[in-house]
Amino acid sequence: MSRQPDINTPELRARYPDVFSRPMASRAGVPAIFVAALALFIFGLNELDFSPARMWTGLRELGWITMMMIPPNPGSSLPAYLQAMGETLSIALLGTTLAAVFALPISLLAARNVIPSAWLRFPVRRFLDSIRGVDTLIWALVWINVVGLGPFAGVLAIAISDFGAFGKLFSEAIEAADKKQVEGIRASGGSALHEIRFGLMPQVLPVIAGQVLYFIESNTRSATIIGIVGAGGIGLQLAEQIRVLEWQKVSFLILMILVAVAAIDWISSRLRFAIIGRRAMA
Amino acid sequence: MSAAVSILPAPQLAALNDAYRKAVARRRLRTTLVVMACFAALFVAALGAEVNVRTFVEKIGNFGSYFDRIFTLEAGTRVWTDVNEWFWGWKKWLSLLGETVLISYVGTLIGAVLAFGLNFLAAENTAPSVPLRFAVRRFMEFCRTVPDIVFALIFVIAFGLGPMAGVLAIAIHCIGALGKLYGEIVENIDMKPVEGIRSTGAGWVDSMRFAVLPQVAAGFASYTLLRFEINVRGASVMGFVGAGGIGQELVVAVRKFYYSDVSAILLMIIVAVFIIDIATDWLRGRLFGKEARS
Repeated sequence: MSRQPDINTPELRARYPDVFSRPMASRAGVPAIFVAALALFIFGLNELDFSPARMWTGLRELGWITMMMIPPNPGSSLPAYLQAMGETLSIALLGTTLAAVFALPISLLAARNVIPSAWLRFPVRRFLDSIRGVDTLIWALVWINVVGLGPFAGVLAIAISDFGAFGKLFSEAIEAADKKQVEGIRASGGSALHEIRFGLMPQVLPVIAGQVLYFIESNTRSATIIGIVGAGGIGLQLAEQIRVLEWQKVSFLILMILVAVAAIDWISSRLRFAIIGRRAMA
Repeated sequence: MSAAVSILPAPQLAALNDAYRKAVARRRLRTTLVVMACFAALFVAALGAEVNVRTFVEKIGNFGSYFDRIFTLEAGTRVWTDVNEWFWGWKKWLSLLGETVLISYVGTLIGAVLAFGLNFLAAENTAPSVPLRFAVRRFMEFCRTVPDIVFALIFVIAFGLGPMAGVLAIAIHCIGALGKLYGEIVENIDMKPVEGIRSTGAGWVDSMRFAVLPQVAAGFASYTLLRFEINVRGASVMGFVGAGGIGQELVVAVRKFYYSDVSAILLMIIVAVFIIDIATDWLRGRLFGKEARS
């Protein structure tokens, strides 16, 4: 057994004062943040009308609703639900594709290595940011005013809100691309368009394809809800059945959404692995 | 200039060219097939979504004129010529915007605390038992797959109209989303400190507290801030179904064609989201240095 070395505590204390007694500021920092967060939380609960009584009655009601949901049962409207589900999947697929097609040229304008001038890049980026700042549901409301109720408004809503997201993601992918290929094209006498087509695109297309697939997956989720404001798909059915308190149908619709999302997840992760390989995913 | 490229004899070259052409042809065929499959899927989707190009072409003018209209005051002038008139309801809207942010804050905090408690049970390396892990994981999957606005629809009926339903909906969704992200962080930790604490005879709770938590706290905080940012956006539409926040005002303005109000409220939401984006980004940078930002 090794002997403990002699420890000269006073000397150590003199040499490393911070280790033995941390300054008040750093010791109080974390608790202060916690107290502030808790205070804001309690203020929020108060402001947003939380009360134990409401909580209790609400939970009892919720328990009752859950009991009413079992067993899930579509009644006689199963064909209508299947059709609505198909509509939802169509909205997700079409909206995402449209967004990707339009976002690709714009993302080139927002990428630093394609457009070196900040004067052009900055407005494009802010434009994309403001599109992203507005939720898909709000876009759906706007499009309903333009093309009327129905799934087409949903397609356009998904397309425009994804356009903002894709513009940002694609431009990031383009900025992360290797410069050497582009320089090689330039050295062999290629024009700026050649540089983009043969130097950049082969590098970024697999990344972009992966992102598009991922968005199709996540848009299946968004497409289930835009029906709530009247833009087609299964959300319309869901909101309607909740409003008329048909709980068995509601639970069946929720189950349908869960199954569909899981299926799309599975397919798209398979495809993503096929495109960019397992290595790149990890 | 004399080229230093050696040219192969013709028969050898022919064989190589042949193989090259074949490889290219095979790739072209594969690409064509994939592209055709994509187009077929899109065509079916277009039928399913009732896409009508004619309506679109006829109505696309409406999109431009809609934006034209929301930037026009009732008097017929542009909105920015009379900001007072444009933002006539700014006091009410600002307090509703505050409520929206508060909904997001309270919901994120409740969700984060519950996800924090659950994720140690769901991560592969810290879960105390396999059936428990399975159950917790399925529960979290359910929470994050059902969209938060669907929870809000149901909670509005159970808890009554108002922000409480919105908060609970966001909290439930947050449990699922954050629980998964937290679990991934926990699965990537170094297990040696855990073994160290274990070897001193500590129980499960102690080893989580003293070995796992110090390694994951920074990542947890970063993801929570990110989630808060996402939830502000989510909370801005909770009002569509009557679950509090500014969405209620917006949906009324859109449905009743109060055009200039729509632009004013949208602008306020966008600015608020910007400010929160920048603030949380700055906070994450301050807390964890440059590399934790993404």
